[in-house]
Amino acid sequence: MWIDVVEPGLATSVQDLGRIGAYNVGIPPSGALDQASAKIANLLVGNPVDAAVLEAPYLGPTLAFNGPAVVAVTGAKAAVKLNGEPMPSWEAFRAGDGDVLSFGFMEAGARLYVAVAGGFDVPLVLGSRSTYGLGALGGIEGRPLRAGDRLPAGETAPGFVPRSVPEQSRPAWSREVELRVVLGLYDYRLTEDAVRTLLDAVWSLTPVADRTGFRYAGPRLDFEQRVQPFGAGSDPSNIVDAGYPIGSIQVPSGSEPIILHRDAVSGGGYAMVGTVISVDMDLVAQSAPSTATRLRSVSLEDALAARRETRSGFAKLSAVLGAG
Amino acid sequence: MAEQTARRASRYSWGADEHLVVQIDEEMSLAANFRAMAISKALAAQNLAGIQDICPANASLLIRFDPDRLEPEKLENIVRTIEDEVVYHELALRTRLLEIPVWYGDPFTREVGAKFRDRHQRPQGSDLEYAMAELGLSSLDEFVERHCGSPWLVSMVGFVAGLPFMFQMVERQRQIELPKYLRPRTETPKLTLGHGGCFACIYSVKGAGGYQMFGITPLPIYDPRQRHEAFRDSMVLFRPGDIVKFRPIGQAEYHELEAAAERGEDVYRSVPVDFELNDFLADPDACNARLLGALDVD
Repeated sequence: MWIDVVEPGLATSVQDLGRIGAYNVGIPPSGALDQASAKIANLLVGNPVDAAVLEAPYLGPTLAFNGPAVVAVTGAKAAVKLNGEPMPSWEAFRAGDGDVLSFGFMEAGARLYVAVAGGFDVPLVLGSRSTYGLGALGGIEGRPLRAGDRLPAGETAPGFVPRSVPEQSRPAWSREVELRVVLGLYDYRLTEDAVRTLLDAVWSLTPVADRTGFRYAGPRLDFEQRVQPFGAGSDPSNIVDAGYPIGSIQVPSGSEPIILHRDAVSGGGYAMVGTVISVDMDLVAQSAPSTATRLRSVSLEDALAARRETRSGFAKLSAVLGAG
Repeated sequence: MAEQTARRASRYSWGADEHLVVQIDEEMSLAANFRAMAISKALAAQNLAGIQDICPANASLLIRFDPDRLEPEKLENIVRTIEDEVVYHELALRTRLLEIPVWYGDPFTREVGAKFRDRHQRPQGSDLEYAMAELGLSSLDEFVERHCGSPWLVSMVGFVAGLPFMFQMVERQRQIELPKYLRPRTETPKLTLGHGGCFACIYSVKGAGGYQMFGITPLPIYDPRQRHEAFRDSMVLFRPGDIVKFRPIGQAEYHELEAAAERGEDVYRSVPVDFELNDFLADPDACNARLLGALDVD
């Protein structure tokens, strides 16, 4: 079975949960920016959670099925249509040979996830099927989808299990978001006032928001003046180039903080002042431009507790969906 | 826990629940870089379950880990123990010397540079002319001699896939230190030789960039499809700890080498070398002369 790309959407790409072990040479983890939505889409169609799905920011693709398929759509809120007829989100459904899947505008959230039973069967590159566009690797020829691409689906057992995510377990995306942040890294470079401003301000997501990073507008954040260390560069926000954590927040020249996401540049010369906790990176992924965003300081212990809570919630949902 | 507890010079800090960052020094130095590499190597050798990426950087180190499989506190203790041990070891590298041909003052980077003068410190002229003026050098030959005369250590690989940051192996007062563009360019030719702060780099792919542009190399340094034999084991040519010798070339040789690389010919020159930090610190010029000579034995 394969699927033809009729319209590619804006920047639709093949993603699984990402790759490890190559960040030290500048190849980032990649993988679905909203990991929970990708995993749930897979469970709905009976795949392992790490099967490859499509991630579509802002505008969904139009896809034509060449053969019967089991499909699920999660992530952002948008009308899902099969041959123009409305279909449910967060629920598995069947598509037949020649059927065409398309989407309406995104009403909430920013990224759709589309899973098919068997997964999108592109070659593994460095252990993952995820597309890393800057490095031209993974996915379909290392790039977003184009009209005319043919997406192979993996082998799957026949049959259809009508799985659906219970209403109370579906995320409701908001235009107001709070992200939990562990301060640290180079936060000592900010003035005390700037640290306070970082946590008090309402940051508005700019349109510069893609798989590499999300840039926010808001007040200026001043760095302590100092004689710059050798090799760091002349701007007070410069450091001797260092590795960037996924989720780290940098403030180039004191304005417009950037949260790096899973296609991050792996390092550079801007001071990072904290890191968004891993489970809240899904919320970043589903933020549409102009989302009002607040940052709340939490401890590492809080971050680990949030992680445990998310894991246990996901385990319960997996059980409901009848997955191991 | 690690939060901001400075111990000796190193500062341990959490990048939320999946990263540990060890800042060895705020300043760049060979010693700090060697410590980052030595800690990384020793940590990798332990093969701990739950470690995902170990990324040595110029004067720091980033570790990406899965806290469900490796408790943060345990990881921190292990890294601190390793750090204590490497300090007292001889900082030596068994590495390789790579020769990288560069067409200094090429028309490709010059043309792109001309498009972005409004983002540059000096609206007139090229990046190369700016650098020469800043360094008080009157001819391109003098600049090339300064750039090629001493080897460079690959102190970090990253930013984008396979991009090497290189630190020239000379005393601090002889290093080339230049600001980055005032605002980054949205375009940099693939394989541009750049410079920002005290670091040289080679842009592995076409894209944004803020480093001054001095020239271009004909030899690919990143090959995601691994077509050329030089990329059989890895998509990425450079590894931290590699030592680089730049060799100036002209237009004719640039085009010859580019075509030869494209045909899959063996155009990459490298040789194994040993490097000891203490030897270098005692007499940099003698150490460099020995290193650069290693490729002449043919």
